Amino acid sequence: MLGLAADRLRADTNRLLAFLFHQGILDEQFLQLQQLEDETSPNFVSEVVNIYFHESEKLLRNLRSLLMDKEFSDYNKMGIHLNQFMGSSSSIGAKRIRNVCVAFRAASEQNNRAGCLRALELLEHEYCFLKNKLHELFQIQQQRALAAAVRYPMQN
Amino acid sequence: MAMNGGVTWRRTEKIDGFNFSPTDTTEEVHVLAVDDSLVDRKVIERLLRISSCKVTAVDSGIRALQFLGLDEEKNNDGFNDLKVDLIITDYCMPGMTGYELLKKVKESSVFREIPVVIMSSENVLARIDRCLEEGAEDFIVKPVKLSDVKRIKDYTTREFRAVEGEEKERSRKGINKRKLRDSFDDLSPSPPSILFPSPSPSPSPTPPQSQSPSPSPASTPSSPSPLDSPTRRLKMTISE
Repeated sequence: MLGLAADRLRADTNRLLAFLFHQGILDEQFLQLQQLEDETSPNFVSEVVNIYFHESEKLLRNLRSLLMDKEFSDYNKMGIHLNQFMGSSSSIGAKRIRNVCVAFRAASEQNNRAGCLRALELLEHEYCFLKNKLHELFQIQQQRALAAAVRYPMQN
Repeated sequence: MAMNGGVTWRRTEKIDGFNFSPTDTTEEVHVLAVDDSLVDRKVIERLLRISSCKVTAVDSGIRALQFLGLDEEKNNDGFNDLKVDLIITDYCMPGMTGYELLKKVKESSVFREIPVVIMSSENVLARIDRCLEEGAEDFIVKPVKLSDVKRIKDYTTREFRAVEGEEKERSRKGINKRKLRDSFDDLSPSPPSILFPSPSPSPSPTPPQSQSPSPSPASTPSSPSPLDSPTRRLKMTISE
């Protein structure tokens, strides 16, 4: 019974990852991060991703408050936030988010405020979606770890 | 890392063709990593640690100079008692850019021999040229991969192996830089870091210790094999 649960969880992981890659939401950099996990650093991916979430939410808040400001004109500052967001997104393999940042930056360089607002909405949407999916992925992985621990209790 | 009697073993023990002198096997390569992004710092730190490097990660050029002892507070030129073997730095940073840090390092008589690698998320030829001309060893377009780290580690061992001759090193550097320029012009398929992400060594989900050995020093940067296409890697990873 536990064996079946482990198989099902593994299938769930694969299906979710395949979906995320197929939709272009994640790219091979995410795989690279997974390759960096081992017994000495078993939660590396979720640790880095959680740092990414924390930073991204700050950046998104900054971007929104910049654009909501009636007197807004500091496209430079927006560009700096965007570059940071682009960089960290590419470092974890968040391909779609990175691409939206590129479009956002183009609108910013043209001082196109409406375009920036649209891009920000899209960015917030993509970010929410990715966050949900990755949380789902980490939950499955936690369940798998638990299932494995029950099947293979540690010998002292 | 396993400690066996009085001997220390590197994690990536399968480095064929390397004949380290006793001091080299017992001392880890010490890399100073500079990046203002916490996410990137975590990633580069992990990439380096998994490649058996000792890592010091700082968040700015100023802190890097402070760490080296090159900051303006002291007037002396510093002393490499920290034994930094390689500096890898982001280009775009608030305050001091990676380029400015590079210049400061190369201006120092004590530290100019340390290879400096620049990372950037932007693939701008003028920027790359400027860095290489200022003495950067290599320029990596982010995101940084394990294969990039394995390659830049070579720059440090090469420094140690002075007996191999400066000539060989100079010609290799020449080849690298020429290859980078040529490749940009030709858009050739063999991937220097600035054009295409370097292929990661092994697509299988085995633990990193058993990944393929790093390339021998005489070889040029690894070219892509059919195994390394993203689709193939994806398929192989998913069907674990």
